[in-house]
Amino acid sequence: MKQILVIVSMFFIGMAAAQTKYESAMAKGLEQFKAAKTAEDMTAASSFFERIGDAEKDKWLPYYYAAYTNYITAWMNPKADKDKVAEKSNDLITKAEALEANNSELFCLRQMTATLQMIVDPMSRWQSYGTQASNAIENAIKADPKNPRSYYLKGQSLINTPEAFGGGKAVAKKLFEKAVELYKDFQPASPLHPSWGKPEAEKLLAACQ
Amino acid sequence: MPCQIKTTMKQLLITTLIMFTAHLANAQVIINGTVKDNRGRIIAGASIAVKGSYDGGVSDSTSRFSFKTYEKGAQVIVVTNIGYKPVEQSVVIDKDPIEIHFALKEEVSELKAVTVTAGSFEAGDKKRAATVLSSLDVVTTGGANADISAVVKTLPGAQQVGEQEGLFVRGGAGYETKQFIDGTMVNNPFFSSVPDIAQRGRFSPFLFKGTVFSTGGYSALYGQALSSALILESVDVPERSEASASLSPIFLGAGIQKVAKDKKSSWGMRYDYTNLAAYFKVVKQTPDYFTVPEYHAADANFRIKTKKGGIVKYYTTFSANRLGLRRPNIDDPLLKNAFGLKNTNWYQNLSWRENIGNGWKMNLGLSYSTDHNEILNQIQNQQNQPATTGFAWIDSTNFNLTTRADLSQIKAVFDKRLSGISVIRFGGEYLYSYNRSQYNQYRGLLPDHFKALFSEADLYITNELAAKVGMRFEQSSIINKTNIAPRLSLAYKTGQGGQMSIAYGIFYQKPENTYLSATTRFGYTKATHYIINYIKNTTLQTFRVEAFYKKYDDLVKTYPAFDNSGSGYAKGLELYWRDKKTFRGLDYWISYSYLDTKRDYLNYPQQLQPNFAADHTTSLVLKRYVNSINTGFNFTYSYASGRPYYFMVKNGNKYDIADRGKTIDYHSLGFSMNYLASLGKAYGVFVLSVTNVFNQNQVFGYNYSHDGARKEAITPAAPRFIFLGLFLSWGVDRRQDAINNNL
Repeated sequence: MKQILVIVSMFFIGMAAAQTKYESAMAKGLEQFKAAKTAEDMTAASSFFERIGDAEKDKWLPYYYAAYTNYITAWMNPKADKDKVAEKSNDLITKAEALEANNSELFCLRQMTATLQMIVDPMSRWQSYGTQASNAIENAIKADPKNPRSYYLKGQSLINTPEAFGGGKAVAKKLFEKAVELYKDFQPASPLHPSWGKPEAEKLLAACQ
Repeated sequence: MPCQIKTTMKQLLITTLIMFTAHLANAQVIINGTVKDNRGRIIAGASIAVKGSYDGGVSDSTSRFSFKTYEKGAQVIVVTNIGYKPVEQSVVIDKDPIEIHFALKEEVSELKAVTVTAGSFEAGDKKRAATVLSSLDVVTTGGANADISAVVKTLPGAQQVGEQEGLFVRGGAGYETKQFIDGTMVNNPFFSSVPDIAQRGRFSPFLFKGTVFSTGGYSALYGQALSSALILESVDVPERSEASASLSPIFLGAGIQKVAKDKKSSWGMRYDYTNLAAYFKVVKQTPDYFTVPEYHAADANFRIKTKKGGIVKYYTTFSANRLGLRRPNIDDPLLKNAFGLKNTNWYQNLSWRENIGNGWKMNLGLSYSTDHNEILNQIQNQQNQPATTGFAWIDSTNFNLTTRADLSQIKAVFDKRLSGISVIRFGGEYLYSYNRSQYNQYRGLLPDHFKALFSEADLYITNELAAKVGMRFEQSSIINKTNIAPRLSLAYKTGQGGQMSIAYGIFYQKPENTYLSATTRFGYTKATHYIINYIKNTTLQTFRVEAFYKKYDDLVKTYPAFDNSGSGYAKGLELYWRDKKTFRGLDYWISYSYLDTKRDYLNYPQQLQPNFAADHTTSLVLKRYVNSINTGFNFTYSYASGRPYYFMVKNGNKYDIADRGKTIDYHSLGFSMNYLASLGKAYGVFVLSVTNVFNQNQVFGYNYSHDGARKEAITPAAPRFIFLGLFLSWGVDRRQDAINNNL
């Protein structure tokens, strides 16, 4: 009987292992992401997520993280070609959107990449990329009014916008408050789903005081 | 039962054992190598993967990659990198490490491919290069007062001509530059001429999303401009609805722009009233204005996106203006010369851009304009009463002139995408112009049916090499002549952001109506352009150097006979540098033009440097936006070396140069500041703009009395122009004006 138990449990472990090949790879990817110290490390993490996405074919989260980590390289490497980084991320977001339509998190990423391109030359690009960014964040809020990241990102763009254009700390503060409040109750759909942004939102809220 | 369990157990054990052994035997294999492009240049950041698995790696800054995989047997390794075609290679993975060297081929894409740039300054965000000129640039150029032409004059190739409107490009007269809106030619792009005072352009910079200023060698789609084309592309459906108002001591305006909920269509209208009476009371003008300049302008538009991704755009503007001014008569200082002008102008443009399937696109343009002038020139005495002197050279300057100029046109361009991004396009245009005038008792009527056919191909041979080959055929009924004009340009990418272009083309233009009213037995005037340019573009910087040679043939002569026996040339070198990077927050550009030109035209006795051409012209434009005070400061400094002037006297069957000289150098510093603020629910922009801040003496040429005994400098009507205004808008989410670098 003991033997049976051992074998049965082993069998289940084996099954579980097979089931979570994807999940463990994602977990490994997230570890790699957390541990990334340089833009190269981050690119490696992004490529890993992209390979998972390409191999799985029906999962949007790998592409989400591939796009997100790739986006971060633009900030880790001061010499990065922001347009090129955004182009790559947008490519990945497009793949994710094909699998998961109308997702608030993906709209958030769109806002981030558009903003990345806008700040290359804000004076001449706000009209095009600035509008794209603000449309994306409105869509993000519409798709999921309870997603704290939408408010955090919207606040982040407003805190850096001159008051003359409807920005400033006062307006941004409300959004950070909303974000922080939503973060309190926020439960990602799975441990693999996006859950970042809470400390950043709190920090920026503090900066608005 | 136990027996059965035992069997199952056994099977399970075996399976598990097999699984484990398989796992153990399955040692990782190293796959390494390099990724380069097909010219052997390192590609860093390329992704290498065993297809269908999670295993893979990324190439580093030395092009190397290395990773381990558990996959075995026949596999496919795939390498991808943005902007390159993916490469796949089959391998058999066994026990030994595998080394693979990949060579990726660049994808020919619109973003990466070389563009044919010889002769042209393209603005817009299409290529994401440092845009050369955007509508924002137009309104934030110091001293330009939001006039498109004034800003274009800060680019190399254009002259600083202040006594008449128009763009004088590379030794060409003002009428050698034509303006096009959505493909069709604009007949009267400037307000009607006033002697010795340059007039503004009629169109607001905010109407346009893209501007191409071509100083030569331009596309076969355009013709009838010997020197230059200013190609304006109107905005599509705007993002948001907005109401706007503008207030200033010199004008009042209000407008509305309404966008449908689905953002598929929009309409708008606007009215502006300009009156300089208050301004002229405060700022003294040299001429005595008996009719203070007054302008009414109304416009309307609609834009509809079509189902197939096309768009229909309509724009119309109507304006009426008048002015009258007196200046001392040059022949007799006791007399005055009174000039009065009334103008009405109606312009409409309808365009339709559509995808018609199979890679075909269509661009249709229709436009109609009618322009009416009533001009009076009268000799008056000190009491401002009409005076007769009995001297023919004075009395003959009295005149009454009424003109009507209509232009109706239709233009169709079809383009078809070939393999890659190469495009072939062709089409035709038909222009019917109707010009009626009455000069005192003399009536004139000049109708012209003008037809043109053109075709052009943009050939992208590789990402590095592109060619634009075009041909244009034209026929004008009034001179009853045809012409065939070939155009050719080549561009070669020399490296990251750097490229070299050459252009060649023949350009024809029919003589101006002034000369056609004397006789229609003219042929086309002709210019041949040769251009070579090098341009280096990075996201925030542009460097451009261009050399050109232009040969003029068949220019109009008015003496000794009205014919096409004139000729000339222009050659020069131009530099342009725009930089938004070096000084944080500062955007500036410098342009320099060297021009060597001579022409024999009109009554010139021989080839002379024309009076609108300076040897050296340079501009420095600075823009700085200070975030903390929401204010932008803009400076424009322009310099031009002195221009020649001539006084010619008829002597037998030719004109002699009785007097000649060079004007003093031209200097001008323009300044403007924009302060942005919210006023209640409105977003406001306060604008202060000053031209010629330092009150520098500007001389554009000289007028002579009929006998040459007296000469007078042509100077601006006032040394400087000061503008103060407030522009308000409601309903627009201007937060994205986020002019900020700290995000």
